[in-house]
Amino acid sequence: MNTLATLAPRRFRPGFWTAVFVVLFLAFCAVTVIRFSKGLGAVTHLSDQFPWGLWIGFDLLCGVGLAAGAFTLTAVVHLFNLKRFEPIVRPTILTGFLGYAFVIVALLLDLGQPWRIWHAIVYWNPHSVMFEVAWCVMLYTTVLAVEFSPAVFERFGFHAPARIIHRLITPLVIIGVILSTLHQSSLGSLYLIVPSKLHPLWYSPMLPLHFYISAIGAGIGMVILESYLSGRAFHRHLEMDLLEPLARGMVVALGIYGLMRLQAIRRNHAFGSILDFGYEGQMFLLEFTLGVILPVILMSFRRLRTNPNWLVGGAFLAVLGFVMNRLNVSITGMEAASGTRYLPSGMEIIVSLGLVATGMAVFAFAVRNFSIFPDGPVTDDHRSEEGA
Amino acid sequence: MGMGLLFDATRCIGCGACSSACKEQNKLPGKVEEVLTAYTWTTVQEKEGLNVRRMCMHCEVPTCASVCPVAALKKTPEGPVVYDAERCMGCRYCMMACPFEIPKYQWDRPVPVVGKCILCAGRLKEGKPTACAEACPAEATIFGKKEDLIWEARTRIRQKPGAYVDHIYGLTEAGGTSVMMISSAPFDKLGLKSNLPADPPAMRTWQVLSNIPDFVGVWGVFLYGVHWITARRVDVAKAESNGNGHNHGREDRS
Ligand code: SF4
Ligand code: SF4
Ligand code: SF4
Repeated sequence: MNTLATLAPRRFRPGFWTAVFVVLFLAFCAVTVIRFSKGLGAVTHLSDQFPWGLWIGFDLLCGVGLAAGAFTLTAVVHLFNLKRFEPIVRPTILTGFLGYAFVIVALLLDLGQPWRIWHAIVYWNPHSVMFEVAWCVMLYTTVLAVEFSPAVFERFGFHAPARIIHRLITPLVIIGVILSTLHQSSLGSLYLIVPSKLHPLWYSPMLPLHFYISAIGAGIGMVILESYLSGRAFHRHLEMDLLEPLARGMVVALGIYGLMRLQAIRRNHAFGSILDFGYEGQMFLLEFTLGVILPVILMSFRRLRTNPNWLVGGAFLAVLGFVMNRLNVSITGMEAASGTRYLPSGMEIIVSLGLVATGMAVFAFAVRNFSIFPDGPVTDDHRSEEGA
Repeated sequence: MGMGLLFDATRCIGCGACSSACKEQNKLPGKVEEVLTAYTWTTVQEKEGLNVRRMCMHCEVPTCASVCPVAALKKTPEGPVVYDAERCMGCRYCMMACPFEIPKYQWDRPVPVVGKCILCAGRLKEGKPTACAEACPAEATIFGKKEDLIWEARTRIRQKPGAYVDHIYGLTEAGGTSVMMISSAPFDKLGLKSNLPADPPAMRTWQVLSNIPDFVGVWGVFLYGVHWITARRVDVAKAESNGNGHNHGREDRS
């Protein structure tokens, strides 16, 4: 169910999924043209009552979440010195970088006047969370690009710059972790400003922390999923000895997050809105059971964690729960106060799908052309030294 | 304290002169619409047998201005919260954040901007009242110094016991506003938000944002500390297994 799955391990053989990708990409381009010639109203179901939709809820909030694996793993490897995780750092950094690139493209479509995006650099308003988000996106995308660059340098035989970056890796990783902490949490802070609008099942003064910790959980889930997907696509075996301890970390992060959520709901006296089983209550139950309770329980069993199928299933649930949470905060939880229902338009969905497909295609391209995975499954190129 | 408006729902006859005057003053295209849009900055809606104006409240600590990443929205000392269309990049966070749901967007334009009442900031500078207050034939909307308006509102409520709900809407809502309303029916029945906190929402994000510099320092030192400890542990282990007590420097740590 992804473009990766059928891309040939060595040579590129266009197949069914390549065709799907091409169609999606062309549709994406068409929507972009309409959007910029006719305005946002022509392609989206956004309105004065509901000004932020799928492009913020999915593309921005989830795209950034995808990148959370990158700072978590670089911290584990370079700060906690658990060097055995080194082999999966590169694919994770690449995913992080693509996640951010995805966010930037989505923002360019969503902003009313994207050609003014540089205004955030010159006109400052440090009181604005959006201002912080803008700076973190810029700076962290740069950090990820630098962290990934050794793979590109090596490919073309420039070893000197790769060595310099290798030397600077500790400060880079520290800056990356700080920026990620700020940024993952500030996406939650975006919603601190709407205490009277966001449903009490999701609103909490601790929102920034909720976002941060759930991003760590889902980030780890993504690392596992992505190892699995690229394993299938490039006929590599799963590094179970690495992924099993990661799943343990995921249980801890999700567990803490789950308890924090329950505590926040208790403080808001919102348990009632789960019990009366209304729209919000149902969405919450779905999100929380699938995305927190189930993966925590499943992944607590060693037997299941060490079984590749269950492990991948648990990781998938964590990522799904994360996506559902971000959509619930940004859409479900905001609907009641807005007085309208928002369902994304077909064209909004095409843009999001087109971006996901492009991200996967770029990932596949990179894996085929650079040494991303330790056994360099693609070319006979040797990895020089380990870069970032 | 600046200038402001007082709207008295018991006096409004629903003639719509304010809406038309606003269109004219601000050169807004199209007819007056029933709800606020980017082209209709104030409306008169019938609720509970009363006529209520909807317009920007010109908050004392405007949420819209606090969230705008490029500071396109600003509270001026005279009272108005003004909008600089040249700066706006169209993120629409102001629309999301405004507790009164006031800023609206030009969804139909390829180069869209936000639209909302600017309390006739230009006229105020010239010492003139807002166009809507000037046009009002029933003195339902009056313009003046904010403290005079509060005085006037209190007097009206006191002088006609039972004719008004004993609350000046806008005095404390979302931290207080420059536009205030009094009415004979409860405000939530008139479609005005009644669940707004008395502290400005902007405070909640500022509490987080103002801590960032400290946080960066502490978190940075902590992370470096973790790195230093784990790297040293590796070094020491290596040194011991080499059978010599020397630290090999920290180059080989990553
Ligand atoms: S009412 Fe809304 S738009 Fe008007 S100043 Fe307050 S926050 Fe801004
Ligand atoms: S839409 Fe414009 S005015 Fe509103 S917050 Fe964004 S940049 Fe500021
Ligand atoms: S104050 Fe001026 S801009 Fe605001 S509603 Fe009245 S006429 Fe319109």
